[in-house]
Amino acid sequence: MPEPLLQIRNLSKRFETPRGTVHAVNDVSFDIPRGSITGLVGESGSGKTTLGRSLLRLIEPSEGQTIFDGTDLNRLDKSGLRAARRRMQIIFQDPVSSLNPRLRVRDVIAEGLRAHGIGNARSRRDKVAELLEEVGLSADHMNRFPHEFSGGQRQRIGIARALTLEPEFIVADESVSALDVSIQAQVLNLLLDLRERRNLTMLFIAHDLSVVEYLCDQIVVMYLGRVVEKGPSRPLYRNPSHPYTQALLSAIPMPDPGLERRRTLLKGDIPSPLHPPSGCVFRTRCPKAAEICAAGTPEPVTVGQFHQSYCKRIEGHHATT
Amino acid sequence: MTGPVLDVSNLQVTFRARGRSVTALRDVSFTLHPGKTLALVGESGSGKSVSSLAIMGLLPRNGAVAGGEIRYRRPDGKVSDLTALPEQEMRKLRGSSIAMIFQEPMSSLNPLFTIGDQIGEMLLLHSPLDAQARRKRVLEMLELVEIPAAASRLDNYPHELSGGMRQRVMIALALVCNPALLIADEPTTALDVTIQAQILDLMRRLQKEMGMSILFITHDMGVVAEVADDVAVMYAGAIVEQAAVGTLFARPSHPYTRGLLGSIPMPGRPEGKRLVPIPGTVPPLHAMPPGCAFAPRCKRADHACDHPVTLSELEQGHRIACFHPVTQEVEHA
Repeated sequence: MPEPLLQIRNLSKRFETPRGTVHAVNDVSFDIPRGSITGLVGESGSGKTTLGRSLLRLIEPSEGQTIFDGTDLNRLDKSGLRAARRRMQIIFQDPVSSLNPRLRVRDVIAEGLRAHGIGNARSRRDKVAELLEEVGLSADHMNRFPHEFSGGQRQRIGIARALTLEPEFIVADESVSALDVSIQAQVLNLLLDLRERRNLTMLFIAHDLSVVEYLCDQIVVMYLGRVVEKGPSRPLYRNPSHPYTQALLSAIPMPDPGLERRRTLLKGDIPSPLHPPSGCVFRTRCPKAAEICAAGTPEPVTVGQFHQSYCKRIEGHHATT
Repeated sequence: MTGPVLDVSNLQVTFRARGRSVTALRDVSFTLHPGKTLALVGESGSGKSVSSLAIMGLLPRNGAVAGGEIRYRRPDGKVSDLTALPEQEMRKLRGSSIAMIFQEPMSSLNPLFTIGDQIGEMLLLHSPLDAQARRKRVLEMLELVEIPAAASRLDNYPHELSGGMRQRVMIALALVCNPALLIADEPTTALDVTIQAQILDLMRRLQKEMGMSILFITHDMGVVAEVADDVAVMYAGAIVEQAAVGTLFARPSHPYTRGLLGSIPMPGRPEGKRLVPIPGTVPPLHAMPPGCAFAPRCKRADHACDHPVTLSELEQGHRIACFHPVTQEVEHA
């Protein structure tokens, strides 16, 4: 694997609530190789969105390091962070609905350039035109308002906006989840094109596992704030080793009515993050849980090249990382 | 051999918006046989939800059935056209012999009443049971939908339950009066994939035990493959292809159905092979092309497609609305 652009080390985010402490992200470590797309998957409440935002310090992590190109972002002061932020961007599920509806598309896209004092009115306009073309829209869309566009087009506007400052790293949080499948495929292909053209590094957060497999080079699976398995996408999908990943993959409905499937149905729901189970957080729903799972957090077990699983019940080489 | 539970023929639905009238459903026809599941599949704006609302008589105020029939066979064998039924009669059917579950259970359950009261209300309206018998029946229903510690859940409010549990409550609510027809509108779309698997499994089991017929509305071809016996693919307010589930996935023949299947990133597809998206977007209702609605996005379209196209039989039980059906074999990954 190429050298990492991002190294996440023991990152945690806790929220204090009147009912106790929520460990939204708990001791998470992984690398994001330069030029790769890493998929972060997990169900509601797994902490994937909180992790994505903690990486960019859109919310302050409670502890741990986020080393971006050699610098720990969590140690930067305000001006240092501002400089680093130019190099990283985030795209939301509906990037346009969170914006001022009275701004035209050109202002929405050029906002970053203005905020960082880059170029003049004319050069910014040229840049906006160029970006719109790059994401498959046309330059004359710039004078329209975001609400005049369809869901797929808005997502393209959101992508153009994220690209204005020529970032190296983009977090895409459920960026295609709300789109119809035919439109979703258009946007996924656009993301693949951009990665090739610009050598972008991406963290793609999604709950749809088929989409993640299509797009991503490596996958990180989260459950209740913790990483349970991580590895290169193909081997991880072919040979999922953690019981949670196995259940998750077997639950995907496949568009093939003739397919015989062995499905691992999980019992019940994800436990409350206020009271996570002791030991392995998955053990209350795990079909393979045993007594040893209740004591102590599982250490990573190497199950393949760059492929690790956090489970006490699987055979493998205990890693020393 | 009895006839179909539901026989929809040439259904037209129009909506009035800003002084003009737009057609939301054009000539929609399908039949649902006893004990079977028919999936209506399509993307946003295809008309799949409008179809279900028209059947239930729950179209919004600005919408109306402008033509066609919805023939429903009651459990006693009597057939009525639901489009001509007085509201009072319709109200008796809704919730008792025709029931519906929706995508977001939180917005369909009343936050101010316990789930026991809400399920019990259905029995109060549609059955002669007294309070004690109702409570017993509600408890049985909660057990049937596999709610753990059901007795202690009777007095819970909807917000005290998880999304998956709420959907189970919705199912209990829909099935408490033994409906002959269940309309399920995207019942698992808002759920996580492991919870979706639980709910689909539950619905399959209950259908087998209770023998109801299901009209299943979804956008997800994977879910279709899992639940349906028959499938109708909808696009821009009309059915474009209709077949038994096996036929549809083995020989999808409408370019739109092909396009839809080609857009799905199916796990295990060959590495490095790109998805083939359908270009463009669905035309708005007020600007439908005069001929085939899919023609502007279709690479097989020619002059013939400027003319209106209706469903015709391609092979036994397989109907398609297209002048240029795709006949080559499906590539398997």
